[in-house]
Amino acid sequence: MRVGLDVGSTTIKCVVLDEDGQLLYSTYQRHFSHITEKTGELLSAVAERFPGKALFAVSGSAGMGMAEDADLPFVQEVFATRVAAKRLAPGTDCIIELGGEDAKILFLTNGLEVRMNGSCAGGTGAFIDQMATLLRMTPEEMDTAAASAEKTYTIASRCGVFAKSDIQPLINQGAKPADIAGSIYRAVVNQTIAGLAQGRPIQGNVLYLGGPLTFSRCLRRSFDEALHLTGTCPENSLYYVAMGAAFYADQSFDLRELCQRLRRRKSLRSYRSQPPLFTSEAEYQVFHDRHARAAVPRVAFPADYAGTVHIGIDSGSTTVKLAVIDEDGNLLFTDYQPNQGSPVAILQKTLLTLRREHPGMHVASVTATGYGEDLAKAAFHADYGVVETVAHFTAARHFLPEVDFIIDIGGQDMKCFQIRQGAISNIFLNEACSSGCGSFLQTFAHALGYEVKDFAKLGLFADRPVDLGSRCTVFMNSSVKQAQKDGASIENISAGLSISVVKNALYKVIRASSAEELGRHVVVQGGTFYNEAVLRAFEKEMGVEVIRPDIAGLMGAYGAALYGKNKAKPGQKSALLTAEELEAFHQETESKLCQGCGNHCQLTVNTFADGAKLVSGNRCEKPVTGKSEDGARNLCAYKQKLLLSYKPGENRRGKIGLPLVLGFWELYPFWQAFFTNLGFAVYHSPLSTRELYLKGQGTIPSDTACFPAKLAHGHIAFLAKLGLDAIFYPCMSYNIDEGKGQNHYNCPVVAYYPEVLAGNCPELTGTKFIYDYLGIHNRPAFEKRMEEILNREFGGISRREIRAAADAAYQEYARHMAEIRTEGQRILERARAEGRRIIVLAGRPYHMDPEVNHGIDALIAQTGAAVVTEDSVSHLVEPFPTTVLNQWTYHARLYAAAKYCCQHPDCDLVQLVSFGCGVDAITTDETREILEQGGKLYTQLKIDEITNLGAVRIRLRSLFAALEEREEEGKET
Amino acid sequence: MEGNYPRFTPEMKKTHKILIPNMAPVQFRILAAAMEHQGYQVELLENCGSQVAELGLKYVHNDTCYPALLVIGQFLDALNSGKYDLDHTALIITQTGGGCRASNYIFLLRKALEKAGYGNIPVLSLNFSGLEKDSSLQLTLPMIRMLLSAIYYGDLLVSLRAQTAPYELEKGAADALQEKWLTRLCEEIRQGKGYHGREIRRQMDEMARDFAAIPVKRVPKVKVGVVGEIYVKYSPLGNNDLEKFLASQDCEVNLPGILGFAQYCAYNISETARLYGGSALMKQVSGLVLGYLAKSEAVMIRALKDHGFHAPLPFQELTKLPDDIIGMGCKMGEGWLLTAEMIELVRSGYGNIVCAQPFGCLPNHICGKGMINQIRARYPEANITPIDYDPGATRVNQENRIKLMLAVARERLEAAPQEKASETAETPQETPAAATTLAQASA
Repeated sequence: MRVGLDVGSTTIKCVVLDEDGQLLYSTYQRHFSHITEKTGELLSAVAERFPGKALFAVSGSAGMGMAEDADLPFVQEVFATRVAAKRLAPGTDCIIELGGEDAKILFLTNGLEVRMNGSCAGGTGAFIDQMATLLRMTPEEMDTAAASAEKTYTIASRCGVFAKSDIQPLINQGAKPADIAGSIYRAVVNQTIAGLAQGRPIQGNVLYLGGPLTFSRCLRRSFDEALHLTGTCPENSLYYVAMGAAFYADQSFDLRELCQRLRRRKSLRSYRSQPPLFTSEAEYQVFHDRHARAAVPRVAFPADYAGTVHIGIDSGSTTVKLAVIDEDGNLLFTDYQPNQGSPVAILQKTLLTLRREHPGMHVASVTATGYGEDLAKAAFHADYGVVETVAHFTAARHFLPEVDFIIDIGGQDMKCFQIRQGAISNIFLNEACSSGCGSFLQTFAHALGYEVKDFAKLGLFADRPVDLGSRCTVFMNSSVKQAQKDGASIENISAGLSISVVKNALYKVIRASSAEELGRHVVVQGGTFYNEAVLRAFEKEMGVEVIRPDIAGLMGAYGAALYGKNKAKPGQKSALLTAEELEAFHQETESKLCQGCGNHCQLTVNTFADGAKLVSGNRCEKPVTGKSEDGARNLCAYKQKLLLSYKPGENRRGKIGLPLVLGFWELYPFWQAFFTNLGFAVYHSPLSTRELYLKGQGTIPSDTACFPAKLAHGHIAFLAKLGLDAIFYPCMSYNIDEGKGQNHYNCPVVAYYPEVLAGNCPELTGTKFIYDYLGIHNRPAFEKRMEEILNREFGGISRREIRAAADAAYQEYARHMAEIRTEGQRILERARAEGRRIIVLAGRPYHMDPEVNHGIDALIAQTGAAVVTEDSVSHLVEPFPTTVLNQWTYHARLYAAAKYCCQHPDCDLVQLVSFGCGVDAITTDETREILEQGGKLYTQLKIDEITNLGAVRIRLRSLFAALEEREEEGKET
Repeated sequence: MEGNYPRFTPEMKKTHKILIPNMAPVQFRILAAAMEHQGYQVELLENCGSQVAELGLKYVHNDTCYPALLVIGQFLDALNSGKYDLDHTALIITQTGGGCRASNYIFLLRKALEKAGYGNIPVLSLNFSGLEKDSSLQLTLPMIRMLLSAIYYGDLLVSLRAQTAPYELEKGAADALQEKWLTRLCEEIRQGKGYHGREIRRQMDEMARDFAAIPVKRVPKVKVGVVGEIYVKYSPLGNNDLEKFLASQDCEVNLPGILGFAQYCAYNISETARLYGGSALMKQVSGLVLGYLAKSEAVMIRALKDHGFHAPLPFQELTKLPDDIIGMGCKMGEGWLLTAEMIELVRSGYGNIVCAQPFGCLPNHICGKGMINQIRARYPEANITPIDYDPGATRVNQENRIKLMLAVARERLEAAPQEKASETAETPQETPAAATTLAQASA
């Protein structure tokens, strides 16, 4: 008899096999991290049924520690899968196995290879569970729903946090759950392929194993579609690991004795812990009483109330908040509810109740804020909209006029402001990686069967809070699982989570290391701060006492109401729907593909009872107004046009292709002229699109590289099909030396990505790929190198020809850059003449790629501001010292552009940062410093695959609102 | 702003204690001794624990690479400890001057010190690129020779211990011998002895002989090579005690030495000149340095081979390995060297490889993860697992991936024709005669 045990991150599986390897018994259960107890129970049951001795082995990620402690034989799970597949499914070429935490691919034929996902990963059971929770479905319901999906939305698949940033807005826009569910499975497939295939084609007989693939038909179908094959999910697909362990077992144990041994197991492990939040009940009481005093004034709101009221609505990513105030700013009524994925329905109910129960009140204004601002305006005819940062600021300042720092942690976002002399002097908003911390606490509590309030209470008196790290909620989740295995109590985990959320806000978002950097009067708000553990962790971490208003979670709505009160004219009557209209209210949601341009945005169109329409999901105004941005105030658009205007010349020597990625976004004119002059017809790959990316994603070896680099794989796949004589993409350690810094390097990725393409893109076999190392910063050396390279590849090219081509190339490059600068100057001058705000959109040349910047340039232009790029102003600044080593050409421009903005009051800088750009970990701090010293606001937009621009819009609007406020303050004084 | 930080003035040599971050425990101990001989007061930091990474996260941008977080965190933790007289303490950090983020560590450290209230503490840069002229360690030729000898003594000790400990009959014998030699070497270096050609030759031979004399039983074991970003490759703090973990899994570990990195840096100077133009002088200097290093390397290789140990390929040979897998112009971070080391390991029987990198390490997207595919295509026996290190990454996930790699390795080991395990103390595998000819050939 053989017994195999598979203890995974969420479930435990056990099988009993007879001498011939036939399955006698199997069981599958969730273990809720009670690993030893559950295993003991399970084995007792097995021993009961199958008494005697058995060959036994343990497998699974959670089984590892247990096996070590109890000194039991252990088999790594992927290896066990292979052992099982060899026996049970001979002839298999490839196995895809998704588990709770890990995704794995095994290539069995033509060279064994086994792979597990890297540290950032989304394609796993935990991810699917989380997404199902977001949709308020069970995983089974999600599978059923996905079966009727009609449309696929683009959902970032890098990890759960990124995916959530795309899904949450879809939910709030009213996209059909079926479509979202289907898109989630698609994202899982993309993540698995992008993260694990790494250039090896998945083909032949493919086996699907593990929980998610066993339970979800739609997931299997999505894999089939993406891989163009029909995989099999074999019998016992859940038990391959356990069976593999059983097959592999070579030590005999008495099962009863085994149970005892497990019971005796003492975990010798310990986890990394931190000091407790409170050491005594008394300490807590003092803390509690202090915060209880921070209350917003309230007055009674009787049914016969006949005064004037202002209503504020804050429709956030996960909750809907509503506040009603009187003419003096006193609170009459508040409401705080989870949005249930349908904020409109909830608002309708709340507003209707308000109208009905207080028929005599006079509504003077309704102001909406938050992600659902537009929806609330269109559906219920709210009078005003206000960006949430301003709403929060307004509320905090009303509550505590001397406030100088505000921190708001909501469900999805964190927003922090520094206030100096009554105006916002600095804004800190979280980027994608830090998002969802607030709602994570909630989701986590629910998963364990607690209300978030009770869950937080558990942590208050925990003796050894677990250190769970602060990178992101995906990493935290995985740390929690490890801590559970190491015996951490639920209390200590609860406290640890609260501390992690705070650390994320402090060290990742605000980047403050001491209390002095914040201020003297710190107001904390947002629903997350209802959690006293979070509140306490914050005070402890920073060593300050902060003020938390009793309506912390409602400050957005309260601020919106105050904003409306200030704006409303005397005697004004709000356009808010009447009780009757609210009763008859209904909405219809339709999803369609915009045909306005090549972007083909997936639009969600909401139509309301009164015929009002709201379009969302659009990146430009075209589907709404019918007009598109003409690009006259947008240098990015101009630069794009410039590059696309080059056409292949005469073909005397052959056809050569250049991928329009990374460095080519600036050097294309150089190489185009160079090769054209030599008699090559030069072709480039098209502008990036989602499809192009998907085409190349199977060959990406490192999924944590930046998105602009990963796009290159699609471009290569495209060029390889054109039947060119060669694809040219040189490695360049150095870039052009513009004399701005101590050196003129490219970053390692821009410099050497061709190496990755050469080593991983099978499409290149059969195509000549020229990716030699060379530099254009030293012209004589350049000519010599090119002569070597081209004669090796094509032959018969003389030094004189090379020299002439180099002449043409350097001239064309100079002309191209001059053209950009001239047009930049023109836009600047015109904007100044017209009194427009100017935004220097500073990134790298390749941030001009529309698939990389997701149309942010156009979004800024739509607000009426003019957009220029860093390379059009950087030459206007004298070299200056920086506090970091200024050694990259592109980044030197960035610093110079920041300096330029400091010298020009009408210019502000917005920095584009690609996720995974290590260099920007250094440049962002430096750029912020330069701008702050020049009295400017710093805005950073982190971009990746995520297509939803909701967060970007809020940042930009916040910037503009803060600038306006400053201007007004300036006028007053 | 520039220039607003304290410099390390020559007088400080007498008054200040310099703290050294602990990247490679063995090599750096001898390096510290070399600095002491030069009249510096130094201390190699041993502090570790979760607060180190915590402090790093607190004072450095969280997306900065893990080594920077740890090194800076370790400094701050030391300064916070109260053990040091803050008016008489200085810090030292290396700077390669390459195109990756590492050249910026010193600036991040200065920013962090300022933020943490230690703005008065001077930071020294150890670099060979002419950076930080007014704050770098003043290097004289004898001192450079001494520092280099520290590195190759250290490399040899690490290699000898690694090849002996897994097989020793008496647990701890190799560790004890390593400690004995470390103490002895440090003592000698402190007195300015032991780093001249003949002394090195004699001592290295003696070291190898001592290790060869430890009674062992050479049973076939899984042989694992470790490559990666230099800090997480060597530092137990950075790689969650990777060497110890692999030892607990009954493996022999091969950690290619630091000397190779020094040779790589010297080599890149002439390669850069070749690719992008540059003076003949640069090529000459590079050639001279390489020639000097090759001599020391040959001594080390000979010591290993003479006593039956596996020796790494001479650097000259290493440069031929990447061939058409990666270009020799790939010079940021560990660059082509990392790829070459993987190939060498595979070819010399250490086909099971942990490729360690900080999460999001830029050069390793290229020369680490980016090259695995090609290496596997040429050497099907390559069994490489890339592991990310990060303050937030869990140990279980890392160990699980390593165990997967080891499971494959064990299966192959069992499938391979069993080497005859000698039951008694090991005799050198190669005949001394063959070893001598080899050494002559490389000399």
